[in-house]
Amino acid sequence: MAEPVLRVENVRRLFDVSKPWLERVIAREKPQFLRAVDEVSFEIRPGETFALVGESGSGKSTVAKMVVGLLPPSAGAVHFSASMGGDRVRPGAIQMIFQDPYASLNPRWRIRDIIAEPMEALNHPADPAARAARVADLLTLVGLSPLDGEKYPHQFSGGQRQRVAIARALSSEPQFLVCDEPTSALDVSVQAQILNLMRDLQERLGLTYLFISHNLAVVRHMAHRIGVMYLGRLVEVQETEALFAAPRHPYTRLLIDAVPDLEQIGRDRVPVQGEVPSPINPPSGCTFHPRCPLAMEICMREVPAFDGSVACHAAKERAMAGGLTLS
Amino acid sequence: MAADGMAMDPVLSVRNLSLEFVTRRGVLRALNEISFDIARGEVLGVVGESGAGKSLTGTAIIGLIDKPGRLSGGEIWLKGQRIDNIGHDGLRKIRGRRIGMIFQDPLTSLNPLFRVGDQIAETILTHMPVSKAEARTRALALLTEVGIPAPESRIDAYPHEFSGGMRQRVVIALALAAEPDLIIADEPTTALDVSVQAQIITLLKRLCRTRGTSVMLITHDMGVIAETADRVAVMYAGRIVEIGPVADVIRHPKHPYATGLMGAIPALGAKVQRLTQITGAMPRLNAIPAGCAFRPRCTVAIGKCAEAVPPLVPVGATSARCWLHDAQVERSTSHG
Repeated sequence: MAEPVLRVENVRRLFDVSKPWLERVIAREKPQFLRAVDEVSFEIRPGETFALVGESGSGKSTVAKMVVGLLPPSAGAVHFSASMGGDRVRPGAIQMIFQDPYASLNPRWRIRDIIAEPMEALNHPADPAARAARVADLLTLVGLSPLDGEKYPHQFSGGQRQRVAIARALSSEPQFLVCDEPTSALDVSVQAQILNLMRDLQERLGLTYLFISHNLAVVRHMAHRIGVMYLGRLVEVQETEALFAAPRHPYTRLLIDAVPDLEQIGRDRVPVQGEVPSPINPPSGCTFHPRCPLAMEICMREVPAFDGSVACHAAKERAMAGGLTLS
Repeated sequence: MAADGMAMDPVLSVRNLSLEFVTRRGVLRALNEISFDIARGEVLGVVGESGAGKSLTGTAIIGLIDKPGRLSGGEIWLKGQRIDNIGHDGLRKIRGRRIGMIFQDPLTSLNPLFRVGDQIAETILTHMPVSKAEARTRALALLTEVGIPAPESRIDAYPHEFSGGMRQRVVIALALAAEPDLIIADEPTTALDVSVQAQIITLLKRLCRTRGTSVMLITHDMGVIAETADRVAVMYAGRIVEIGPVADVIRHPKHPYATGLMGAIPALGAKVQRLTQITGAMPRLNAIPAGCAFRPRCTVAIGKCAEAVPPLVPVGATSARCWLHDAQVERSTSHG
């Protein structure tokens, strides 16, 4: 098997959420930390789409920021393959696509300048004429017209802006793209255009994606493998089809069941109670135990270890029992 | 229940409603001849992409259209009473009392400076002839009904002390406070996480069933509609392009836009290689094409589509606004 493009090893990220120093000292309080990401490990293979899903506050965007280096991890490490430049990643080899195409494009710049910016920053290609030609190519590649380069962002719709953002991300010839909720701000018909475009680009350019979304249906459509996050921890990683066919972690099952689906017209269901607890003061042991239908006594005491596929005491016990009956 | 809404007297009846915005650059038509009925206990889903006019339809019904917007035609009837021409004071008696509203963001629907119990009691006192003590008892009963844990102690809490899902439950209690005939829910679960969304949908469905309240559910999420609504209206560029029972519209959509929309939604059930793609985007209000507004994006458009707006005609179980389904056109194209 090819060397993974990215290896994330036991990364953790704490945020200081204490009160201001003086206030804290007067009230005699200890500093307070929020554990946004805790002991997360995964690998992404070349040409693969790896998706992180989870509800708000699960830490998926924090992982993305640590991967691209916008945030240093508090512990653990992020390694890239030798083809990306190893520990000194080739500039421009990683790019990011953001959620809101209204906020991620400078309203006072022309589209051609926005797309040429990464090339200018890296001085590659050095020749301005070559850059201009590449801008035109990129616009065609993402389904816009080369003439659109003269326009400003406000002259485009949300979907077209996201195409511009993708063209900009591609201009530095990246191998690896981190896409943080790239279609959440778009309407469904436009979302379909962008998702199709991203898949076409992956095939043509051999891109590797880290795809972050809260929408399970979108993730199922896009990803080869999926990591499910809950309160800063990775609770399950599986191939897409296996995850939907046989989710091992009870939270994954809850998440799949909770999505309203076109197939299930007028279904009545019994939703799982409770909400995601505050990450400042998470429950003891397995953080999912207060909402878990399979919770056992050990779940309240011990954090389940991640075995490369799932982090759950109940799932592990079940697998052991299954293994025993087989032998 | 309430599968056949037409047989009974509808709770809400909207007839040829049109809405315009008068601007310096001309008149923009945001809603065009919207007609639909909602029967007692029925949930009508209104779905469409941003700018389709689904929220405006809701705001027009409760008379919250601000200038420069104005109703330029049509009628709105609530249980046999016409409510689009009764003026500001008349509408005040209807809002909250006979039509409840649930908005997307529960934090902006609640006053942060008042205890939730007092907010609910205030609504009850405004609309119903009860004593203060009685209003508080009712508020407590409502909080229990919408599933707030330990309502006796939570009744005196402030909105910021609740989580997003719990706040939306309070907003639902508020909408139900005066026992309205109709609830207009505008994207009630869009701001919530999926697991909480499932709870809120279930709650809304249960309450409307037990109380017989009708609901107009406005959302962009077809999945929510599939699970909740009895009938669905698909909107595009200010018009209803298809309306019918939810199962028919989802499984066998008749309008090309509705067909495209269903194919564009990634499904959990089966994996498709490629999503159906509708090229382009919805036109802006100042650039709605003549004839059928969907024509420039439509793959099956015919000559007639550029000439005139198609009427909403019954096609099987649903009604669609498309020339392809107009009997005459169908006959002439099959001959030629």
